[in-house]
Amino acid sequence: MNESKKKFDLDWAPLMLVPLLALAVLPVIGSGSTWLTLTVAGLAMGMIIFIIASGLTLVFGLMDVLNFGHGVFIALGAFVATSVLGAMGDWTGSQQLWRNLVAVFPAMLIAMLVAGAVGLAFERFIVRPVYGQHLKQILITMGGMIIGEELIKVIWGPQQIPLPMPEGMRGAILIGDAAIEKFRLLAVVIGLAVFAALAWTLTRTKIGLLIRAGVQDREMVESLGYRIKRLFVGVFVVGSALAGLGGVMWGMYQQSVIPQMGAQVNVLIFIVIIVGGLGSTGGALIGALLVGLMANYTGFLAPKVALFSNIALMAAVLLWRPQGLYPIGNR
Amino acid sequence: MTAPHLTLTGVHTKIGAYHILHGVDLVVPRGQLTMLLGRNGAGKTTTLRTIMGLWTASAGRIEFDGKDITHLSTPEIANLNIAYVPETMGIFGDLSVKENMLLAARGAQHIGDIDDTRLQWIFSLFPAVEKFWLYPAGKLSGGQKQMLAVARAIVEPREMLIIDEPSKGLAPAIVNNMIHAFAELKASGVTILLVEQNISFAKQLGDHVAVMDNGRVIHTGTMQALADNNKLQHELLGLSI
Repeated sequence: MNESKKKFDLDWAPLMLVPLLALAVLPVIGSGSTWLTLTVAGLAMGMIIFIIASGLTLVFGLMDVLNFGHGVFIALGAFVATSVLGAMGDWTGSQQLWRNLVAVFPAMLIAMLVAGAVGLAFERFIVRPVYGQHLKQILITMGGMIIGEELIKVIWGPQQIPLPMPEGMRGAILIGDAAIEKFRLLAVVIGLAVFAALAWTLTRTKIGLLIRAGVQDREMVESLGYRIKRLFVGVFVVGSALAGLGGVMWGMYQQSVIPQMGAQVNVLIFIVIIVGGLGSTGGALIGALLVGLMANYTGFLAPKVALFSNIALMAAVLLWRPQGLYPIGNR
Repeated sequence: MTAPHLTLTGVHTKIGAYHILHGVDLVVPRGQLTMLLGRNGAGKTTTLRTIMGLWTASAGRIEFDGKDITHLSTPEIANLNIAYVPETMGIFGDLSVKENMLLAARGAQHIGDIDDTRLQWIFSLFPAVEKFWLYPAGKLSGGQKQMLAVARAIVEPREMLIIDEPSKGLAPAIVNNMIHAFAELKASGVTILLVEQNISFAKQLGDHVAVMDNGRVIHTGTMQALADNNKLQHELLGLSI
């Protein structure tokens, strides 16, 4: 057997960037407890961004569609959550965590269902007419996002709406001198659960196999007899639903929501999917964690360059790997 | 000639501003192996892609089993039990050899659902497929990828195989395996349409031949008749078989 042919080897270098970045800033920050607090905050933020970006990267990978309107599903999910949680005040006001979760999980589920349903209509009426036309995709999906934001204003009003964290999720756990917010731990757990579910679907099911193959060569998948456009609609709906879930978590992270919140997050999620490698779910996870950590570290060390830092991160990664951390073969 | 399995009548194909096929007429007889020959740029690959619906015919008619498939989508055409191997092989490099095979088996959810006897037959034809079963397909050599591409096309019984240059870049020993594989498939009653530049390969396998030039079929007949006629070979292909 040709020894140069190895079985699937994990490319460790991009994976190591996350601990390397964390360890590199430790001496700069100085305090171990501050570093731990910032690191957990960065990982939590990264996980939320990953949940939002995972669908977008598959949508681009599968059908070469640049959906600049992805942000509207984030805002929609967050606003739906304000209504659901607002109606469950007794449950969110309880000090008991399980009662909070009984309120939060249905809010997440309903937000995902609404975002997924709107995603289905968005794909049918906005994206489908412009397959294969990048410039039109950018223009029409941005237009779709503006319309979506205006509709959110019509339904919920133009003002900022508070999305208070349930009582039981407030506060922090002390690890030594480091304060780790409970909600951030929950965000990490949910982010890991979403990644595990996506990874299982993509690697253990035939649908996942088709998605992975379609990201590499959709024409060949069609030549094998599979209707990739149907698959794309499914991925678009799931991606929209995940953006809705991410919106709920982002809103709770910020503790308030505004109709333009999707547009604000859009820049970050595009940085994430470019850094990760377009179409790569694993790449999106690493990219999101890097972006989350970078935003928190620079926000603490040099707040004026916080946004620039992620642009610089993207530029550095692309200089190292021009197709992103985990480029997809055949693209 | 036996009954036609696939018929192209006056097929035109345009790709953007380029008019590539100028009225292709082609009959592929059932259960036989038809070679599509021609110089580079003659329109052979475009003809195969047009049959598969990857490019849409701007005029003309394509019939498979007497059914008009001219305007069907690619998956609909593939689901008529037609397997296609493109010139680029279409291997999914980030998937394992096993996953590539599983994808091609439309009826299988798991590798265990594939007929084991057929799988063993494929392994006997293309040992590299078994040898590198769990390896990323992208790491195979060009010849091994070509074997995988053909193995994938025959993982389930198909009525017709459409293959673009299967012997391209292969070592002679592997070409012999390929010839053996196509001979067995032909014997099992599968209709095969091959584009081929390797004339020796074509001569050993072909029942019928169609020669293309400038987007048209300019000659049809038996492979044997073309192989026996040096003057015609020079005239059509610019070389001698």
